[in-house]
Amino acid sequence: MGGQEMEISLKINGKDVKADVKPNTLLSTFIREDLNLTGTHIGCDTSQCGACAIHLNGDAVKSCAILAAQADGAEITTIEGIANDDELHPMQQAFHENHGLQCGYCTPGMVMSSIKLVENNPNISEEEIRKGLEGNICRCTGYHNIVKSVKQAATVMGG
Amino acid sequence: MPDGGSTGIGVSVKRKEDYRFLVGEGNYTDDINRPNQTHTYMLRSSSAHAKFSIDTSKASKAKGVVKIFVGTDMEVGSIPCGWQVDSKDGTPMREPAHPPIAKDKVRYVGEIIAVIIAESLEDAKNAAELIDVNYNDIPVIIDMQDALDNSKGLVHDEIESNVCYDWELGDSEAVDKAISEAAHITSLDIRNNRLIPNAMETRSAIGDYEHATGQYTLYTTSQNPHVIRLLMGAFVLGLPEHKLRVIAPDVGGGFGSKIFHYAEEAIVTWASNKIRRPVKWTSDRSEAFISDAHGRDHVTSVKLALDKDGKFLALKVDTLANMGAYLSTFASSVPTYLYATLLAGTYTTPAIHCNVKSIFTNTVPVDAYRGAGRPEATYLIERIVDKAAREMGISQVEIRRKNFIPVDAFPYQTPVALQYDSGNYNATLDAALKKADYEGFAARKADSVKRGMLRGIGFSTYLEACGIAPSAVVGSLGARAGLFECAEVRVHPTGSVTVFTGSHSHGQGHETTFAQLVSEKLGISTDMVEISHGDTNNIPFGMGTYGSRSLAVGGEAIVKAMDKVIAKAKKIAAHVMEASADDIELNNGNFEIAGTDKSMSLADISLAAYVPHNYPHEELEPGLDEKAFYDPLNFTYPGGCHICEVEINPNTGEVKVEGMTAVDDVGKVINPMIVEGQIHGGLAQGIGQALLENAAYDSNGQLLSGSYMDYAMPRADNFVDFKVGNEVTLCTHNSLGVKGCGEVGAIGSPPAVINAVVDALSELGVEDISMPATSEKVWNAINQAKNKN
Amino acid sequence: MYELQYSKPSSVNDAVAEIKKSSDSKFLAGGMTLIPTLKARLSSADTLVDLKGANLSKISVSSSEITIGSMTRHCDVASSNDVKGSLPALAKLAGGIGDHMVRSCGTIGGSLANNDPAACYPSAALALDTTIVTNERSISAEDFFVGMFETALNENEIITEVKFQIPEKASYIKFPNPASRYAMVGVFVAKKASGVTVAVTGAGENGVFRCSEIEIALNSNFSTESLENIDISPDSLNSDIHASAAYRANLIKEMAKRALQEMI
Repeated sequence: MGGQEMEISLKINGKDVKADVKPNTLLSTFIREDLNLTGTHIGCDTSQCGACAIHLNGDAVKSCAILAAQADGAEITTIEGIANDDELHPMQQAFHENHGLQCGYCTPGMVMSSIKLVENNPNISEEEIRKGLEGNICRCTGYHNIVKSVKQAATVMGG
Repeated sequence: MPDGGSTGIGVSVKRKEDYRFLVGEGNYTDDINRPNQTHTYMLRSSSAHAKFSIDTSKASKAKGVVKIFVGTDMEVGSIPCGWQVDSKDGTPMREPAHPPIAKDKVRYVGEIIAVIIAESLEDAKNAAELIDVNYNDIPVIIDMQDALDNSKGLVHDEIESNVCYDWELGDSEAVDKAISEAAHITSLDIRNNRLIPNAMETRSAIGDYEHATGQYTLYTTSQNPHVIRLLMGAFVLGLPEHKLRVIAPDVGGGFGSKIFHYAEEAIVTWASNKIRRPVKWTSDRSEAFISDAHGRDHVTSVKLALDKDGKFLALKVDTLANMGAYLSTFASSVPTYLYATLLAGTYTTPAIHCNVKSIFTNTVPVDAYRGAGRPEATYLIERIVDKAAREMGISQVEIRRKNFIPVDAFPYQTPVALQYDSGNYNATLDAALKKADYEGFAARKADSVKRGMLRGIGFSTYLEACGIAPSAVVGSLGARAGLFECAEVRVHPTGSVTVFTGSHSHGQGHETTFAQLVSEKLGISTDMVEISHGDTNNIPFGMGTYGSRSLAVGGEAIVKAMDKVIAKAKKIAAHVMEASADDIELNNGNFEIAGTDKSMSLADISLAAYVPHNYPHEELEPGLDEKAFYDPLNFTYPGGCHICEVEINPNTGEVKVEGMTAVDDVGKVINPMIVEGQIHGGLAQGIGQALLENAAYDSNGQLLSGSYMDYAMPRADNFVDFKVGNEVTLCTHNSLGVKGCGEVGAIGSPPAVINAVVDALSELGVEDISMPATSEKVWNAINQAKNKN
Repeated sequence: MYELQYSKPSSVNDAVAEIKKSSDSKFLAGGMTLIPTLKARLSSADTLVDLKGANLSKISVSSSEITIGSMTRHCDVASSNDVKGSLPALAKLAGGIGDHMVRSCGTIGGSLANNDPAACYPSAALALDTTIVTNERSISAEDFFVGMFETALNENEIITEVKFQIPEKASYIKFPNPASRYAMVGVFVAKKASGVTVAVTGAGENGVFRCSEIEIALNSNFSTESLENIDISPDSLNSDIHASAAYRANLIKEMAKRALQEMI
């Protein structure tokens, strides 16, 4: 017999959360529907577009390809958790300054993914940014200003 | 994020809308949940053409199911087409019925056959698996040539043909005569590949009926909520406007695919009354592939007649345009009035004729996608010009210059109905040549050759018509709606401003650009301006955002409303300052009495208007809140030059875009940063069409490229830095001088890319390659050419 | 996704005991293929037995062998100094799977057990005389890959570690499918004391395979020139909307040439 709820506890954007979830609940669904953090978006169902990117235990991951149950005990950051009150994260600020977003739909995933790209490679080159973003699809910007944004953020973040 | 300094026209003001998107607090339709809401799963046909029967009895009893509806449950109007096109013999287009839920016959894979409403989406999906559907398959029509032969089967029995209309534009006799006498004829057969728009936010809709008031609310992912209210309210559900509110909140990209009224919108609205609970539906991506309207899909044969010097004499075009299985909202207008009217391009071709047969097939409906008709026209013009130049030994640049409409010829009447107001095609070409370092191409090519690679450069000196459109003109051509725009400018008592616009921003940055118009005109910072859009209860009226019309039509409506505000403000100022209204001048936001140091700010005046203790009551109403409708006098005509440079690996056929330059004339630029961003996005979609994207069907009507595993979406590493510039000629018939920038990138670039590929391969004898120019196609072309030689 | 149960045992033995409780339970490794498949209802499970807690993530290197625990993520292989030092081609292969977010979850064991015909790891496993160690036995890579999405694994068998023999030199080149970014063709070339082995992924109707035409050519003359005149037969290669068998045959040769260029 499947489907009995299980309790998970995790830390999300610095807050401890305990919740009962069905084991077949995706982490992205849990974040959007149960925690009402709707900045994490769903853009595909084959885990390619990256709109659902979050940070899980320090890594950027696609929350639509992970069960909420798998995140039991984890530390999670979503797009809602990276600004310091009113002060945007340098990646958010760079997207603003370089017009790295248009409709805004891919943006949370793009920002979350890019932060880890830069953290893991502070002197990231343009080519590495373009290659590094292959798991994030944007239909509006042609990526031109996204690449510029990530480059700028990299310098601010200490590359 | 306060904006420092000037925020008027011509300044790259950072976008006001960014903050909420950057912190994850955008408000998209799927982010909205209504109290007591239900969830919907649309069961869709897995057969492309079949009579079917359906049994939902088991599913109806499944856990969590609230209600299941099938086609016969929903007796409502047909989903309408917004544009009637008449055939050349005068008969109106064939317009098959389009029920929101298929009743007994399905005509494409993806058509809705049952609506399962449940307490949760998983419950609805579980129940859907218990529905028995019996398909009796009918021969499937996929290929448009097959469709012309009625004996192979009919998509719609009741209309006795698969041809929706057989339409023409231009002077056929003059064209035939010119062709028979021409020194040179160039011919080309072209397929403009079928594309899937793929806005990153999938469609979503929530119907919310309030029984106590009889009020319906539809939340939907739409580029034009008022149009949806009109089409769905008046034609499908029979609901009057005052009882139907349509809200299109933040929308995650559209590119045309969210213009149209879709069945799901009518279904959730209607069903929320039937079950007296809110009904929510959100599309999966794989569902979007088979339910969002597709784009392009033309098959065209084209002939260009030239004199011995390479001057164009005539252009003859025959096109089959795929409509899919039903007529979507604008489908009929795309391959006719948005296509054939563009066939002069930037050239003085004196005689043009175009015949278009639009065809029903057992595929997803096809409608406008970024550019809509104009990319198809531009592609064939710029490809045939390229081929003619090669055949006649004229350079790609020279043949274009030879045939450009000269700057002193404006206004220029084309032989295909349009009258261009302004342009300077040599200027954009010159600037692009410089930006692309055309002079350095030979050296770059030599370097490629040294490395065993092929290199090519390709041009597109395109023109498009946008800012749609004069209502009277389009009305005479069959449009069933007006194409004006509406705006209301409300100056609040303390001097801040809210603009209510019928345009809809889904990435275009209206909240910033429109605020800049206010800043420029009324002299206040954009921080003092809020742009409101997307809610039929807030906005007086609207025709929405598509066809690069928001600034040229919507922006002009805002300007007109501001003119009324200013006129009234002057009268108020004159009264308060005891002067004549004629002597009041508006300078930098101050209403001054000419020649004196007496003035009032906008805030002073609005306070006087809302606290009218000292007020010309006999002459004016209190308040400072004006509305305007603007109907454009003509289309606008952006144009420009796109230059693409590619390197090709002859061993694998891989095409690498090495340079993409676009110098466009989009008229007056309000926010250069936003305009460039629009062009970048358009270029990416154009390069995507040319090299990557293709919606492929098998002969049974199954979509083979039905997910991101199989439909090649452009990624960041498919591109290099774009080089973008502009050369401005002003639009002569709107006050801002603006033309439009949303579609130029997608319209101009595909032929530049393919021309570059053909240029690289031309030394091997390759004359054409179809889109998308995948590495295998290029490799095959190289091999075939080698075998031939 | 159909309803299911989730369990996260803390050892391999507990995982086996857990999975034996029902006939339709599945091991969950990184989940990068399994979760999307479940989500699309193309698959189901009574219980997902998550191997994350079973202590199977590790990398160790000896002079002749690299041993990678089955739950080691692609990103850990890609960034491991040990792997980069002794078998850089494997680090590069791991660093090119999916995207950086997929690599933060996906595991080597999951990839091998799934044996996707377009996955990268099977080519390395087949080219490098690899031993796939399970809780029950050791299986040579040759015996392990049975066919498309099919392996020699028994129902309740868990890959625990993967032992790659370190070659003299190796290189992996992937020609990505423009849509999925999986390998349309991926070629792994390994030069060992015993000779050259070449394994191809993405192209074969039955999944990964050794390419004898190239091996013969390179064993007689280890140079790109020796590949110029070989013909790869398109028979038993895949044809789909992305590439015909003939084109894939050409790509096998061309990717092998690129691999050679990296190695010489």
